[in-house]
Amino acid sequence: MRPRILLVLSTLLILAALFMVFVYVPTDAEQGNIQRIFYFHVSVAWIAFLAFFVTFVAGIAYLAKRNPFWDMVASASAEIGLVFTTLILITGSIWARPMWGVWWTWDARLTSSLVLWLIYLSYFIVRSYITDEERKARFAAVVGIIGFVDVPIVALAIQFSRTQHPSALIFEGGLAGSMLVTLLVSIAAFTALYLLFLAVRVHLKEDESELNSLKEAMRE
Amino acid sequence: MNSAATSPSVPLAVETSGLVKSFGHYTALRGIDLKVPVGSTLAVFGPNGAGKTTLIKILASIMRPTSGKILIEGLELKDNAERVRTRLGLVAHQSYLYGNLSAWENLDFYARMYGVEDRRRRIGEVLELVNMTSRKHDRLVTFSRGMQQRMALARALLHKPSILLLDEPETGLDQQALGAIWDIIKSEEAGRRTIIFTSHSFERALAVCDGVVILERGRIAFKAQSCTLSLDGLKQKYQECTAAVKQ
Amino acid sequence: MKFWSRVAAIAWKDVVSELRTREIIFSVLVFAVLVLVIFNFAFDLAPDQMLQIVPGILWVAFAFSGVLALNRAFIPEKEENCLEGLMGCPVGREAIYVGKALGSLFFMVLVEAVILPVFALLFNIAVLQLEVIVVTLLATIGFVAVGTIFSALAVNTRAREMVLPILFLPIITPVIISAVKASSLVLVGSGWGGLTSWLSILAAFDVIFLVVPFLVFPYVIEE
Repeated sequence: MRPRILLVLSTLLILAALFMVFVYVPTDAEQGNIQRIFYFHVSVAWIAFLAFFVTFVAGIAYLAKRNPFWDMVASASAEIGLVFTTLILITGSIWARPMWGVWWTWDARLTSSLVLWLIYLSYFIVRSYITDEERKARFAAVVGIIGFVDVPIVALAIQFSRTQHPSALIFEGGLAGSMLVTLLVSIAAFTALYLLFLAVRVHLKEDESELNSLKEAMRE
Repeated sequence: MNSAATSPSVPLAVETSGLVKSFGHYTALRGIDLKVPVGSTLAVFGPNGAGKTTLIKILASIMRPTSGKILIEGLELKDNAERVRTRLGLVAHQSYLYGNLSAWENLDFYARMYGVEDRRRRIGEVLELVNMTSRKHDRLVTFSRGMQQRMALARALLHKPSILLLDEPETGLDQQALGAIWDIIKSEEAGRRTIIFTSHSFERALAVCDGVVILERGRIAFKAQSCTLSLDGLKQKYQECTAAVKQ
Repeated sequence: MKFWSRVAAIAWKDVVSELRTREIIFSVLVFAVLVLVIFNFAFDLAPDQMLQIVPGILWVAFAFSGVLALNRAFIPEKEENCLEGLMGCPVGREAIYVGKALGSLFFMVLVEAVILPVFALLFNIAVLQLEVIVVTLLATIGFVAVGTIFSALAVNTRAREMVLPILFLPIITPVIISAVKASSLVLVGSGWGGLTSWLSILAAFDVIFLVVPFLVFPYVIEE
């Protein structure tokens, strides 16, 4: 998708989401206004997961095709994923403070998110410790693949350790109609935003790569 | 500057066409077309960075080429790597041997890895061949460079490869040691084994080789199937080919 | 089968080579004991309270000494470029992975076989039960499965000693969680029944992280 279309689309969706979250949807009876952060917290979590899935698939594509484009997609998506994971931690923290009186709690979801954050941080640490471009892409793909495969097991193990039984990671109990719609709009908005960031970032990486090729050619 | 034409009926041990190897932006080999007949010995010359080691490693199936076709004894290397490797022996810059293990243990390990039949006998043979039988239980860290090189050769010959690849075998060896190495190489399976080696030493190489190739910045600058050049002729050819580098 | 004879050759070579110098094994053992001792000072608890944190201490010791041991797995292959020598052998690259993993498994089990009794002695807690041993073995397999491929990766980066723990520890959190929880349950008297969910997680982890690295390992060592 062309960035311009995405820009317009995401702007519209974000505005719609903001409206729905802050104006449209009724205040939660139990938690009060702070509950509104739920829509962002959940959306951001789904997008982080989507981003790492894209990194996983792009990593496999790179190993199969060896086209640097796939590595650009993988690392751009991982960057966005890392940022969104940080947002999970931050929104979770903001939510936790009025709810439980603490900035951090080792509950299943936040803990899993923290481990996820560490896994993808290590993705970038590995990249930073390798200078050869081809090897960097290859190793990153391996880390991205192993990391993503690990995510469900991490979530499962942490969930078990807290509650002794698995439960749906996001939804507890049903959602009222208006809340569900708001949530879906919110998720759609963030997805559009993710695609926008991805497109822009990949174009940027492509330009960087072209610049480097030109520099190399001039050197010879 | 042209190669003598190969008659189509001569079987080829190694054949490459359009062999390219790039490391990211840097291209080490820019399209190598090579035909090495069975039983011949090919010497590959070239300045440092010309791509000699890269070529040897790709032929040894240790490094993957970026593109191009490689046929080893008629088999495509890409699809038959495991089978082809039983026919290849490699002596590289490093010895590929484990310092903590003895000569015997190193050879035993590789004999198992190559599936050598009647291991004990073959290891004994090879140790005799490289004149290291007396040191067979000594650990490799105690060996001099020359002895390690002989052991590397022993390792390469264990499985009786039909193609032997050597990357600058003379590095770090004195004349006597070098002579010993070539005697060993030429003694076993003489005439039936194909040998490809890279070298900086024209004199020594001319004495043992049939064909010659000069690599320069990833391309073949000169090749001759049966080299009729004299030592001076070869040196001059080399200067010509590599003159472009010195600007 | 050809594959397994090569794997055995590689594992055997690693074991013989290391047992000869005993460099890694001794430092890892000493390190593990040190971790136990330091934790004793760090948590100065009464014996009945110790029971709660004992599995945790044990697994911290195993995790960190495991990292030490795994870090060294591919270093001998770097000297004299032996890894290339292995790559030239007529066997799939996966055999190198499995062979190396088995070698590391042997050493970790060796370390655990020493540390568990030492632990039982120092903390006066009955860790030498069959359930604990099974849990430990399953967890170690998971460790080694992930650690071997990351060790091969780390040895090819700058700051190789740093990269392995950073990569490895987040990924194996399920192993550590399961091992600690299962061990705790055993120490308070739970039989096999109480362990099923943890054993399943460990088993699932082991299977997945033997298969995925097996498939992906050739991409790490290729040139």
